Amino acid sequence: MGGYGLYVWGSFGVTAAVIAAEIWLVAARRKAIGNLVADAGPDESKDTP
Amino acid sequence: MQLSDINWFKYAAPQRFYPLAGKLLPWCAAVAVLLCVAGLALGMFIAPTDAQQGDAYRIIYIHVPSAWMSMVIYLAMAFWAAIGLIFNARLAAMLATSLAPSGALMTFIALWTGALWGKPTWGTWWVWDARLTSELVLLFLYIGFMSLHAAIDDIRRADRAAALLAIVGAVNVPIIYFSVKWWNTLHQGASVTVTKSSMATPMLAGMLIMALAFWAYCIAVSLARLRVVILEREQHTQWVRAELGVRS
Repeated sequence: MGGYGLYVWGSFGVTAAVIAAEIWLVAARRKAIGNLVADAGPDESKDTP
Repeated sequence: MQLSDINWFKYAAPQRFYPLAGKLLPWCAAVAVLLCVAGLALGMFIAPTDAQQGDAYRIIYIHVPSAWMSMVIYLAMAFWAAIGLIFNARLAAMLATSLAPSGALMTFIALWTGALWGKPTWGTWWVWDARLTSELVLLFLYIGFMSLHAAIDDIRRADRAAALLAIVGAVNVPIIYFSVKWWNTLHQGASVTVTKSSMATPMLAGMLIMALAFWAYCIAVSLARLRVVILEREQHTQWVRAELGVRS
């Protein structure tokens, strides 16, 4: 990179890292809501007269 | 079939939009990956070294696309927030909240890569000039939108309050875009406009392909987040429980 490696790879590396983090956070949030609803168990509200 | 035959409001219901988003998502993700590979191959291996900036200019392949996306996403967020506010449309408000984190991320990338580009070319990481400062204000607007939304327990009130902030903050976008014309800034003017470009063809092609890759990525990740937001907000409905495989 002609002596500019720190700047160029610092840009590309951090971009790749934050994009990976964003994807991971969305996946973790999706998993969390799945677990939350599953832990709540069957909906018994419809059995209530 | 005419456009007037299409029921445009069919997908305004979160329950109907959820599967549509699920179908669009993998296509957008695949397009993003393919364009990113093509754009980086062109930009890093085929495009020549810049005569003045050397290889430092290659930061352009993420700096410009992320800066464009930071503004585009804000306008999209403000638009959907306004639709949600005016028409009391739940899905539009959900879409606005789903766009905000990606917009903040794009703004951060634009600022970070701008600093790393500024040091070797300007001799400084940061200056308080109009372009850089207004882009930093954009990051604060995104953070403010998300913080305000998170601070209000009543989700519909949170939507309305955050929408007002998003709409008012939209005035910052033209300020960012035209800042290099309106003020004397260290940041250079636009190298690319709709009608002309001062860049070499391989450089320009690589940058435009990367811009499309960023578009596709942002659409994909925003759709993925929107699906999660829909599940969170509709978690007490039967269709979400069925979707998540929970016995009703």
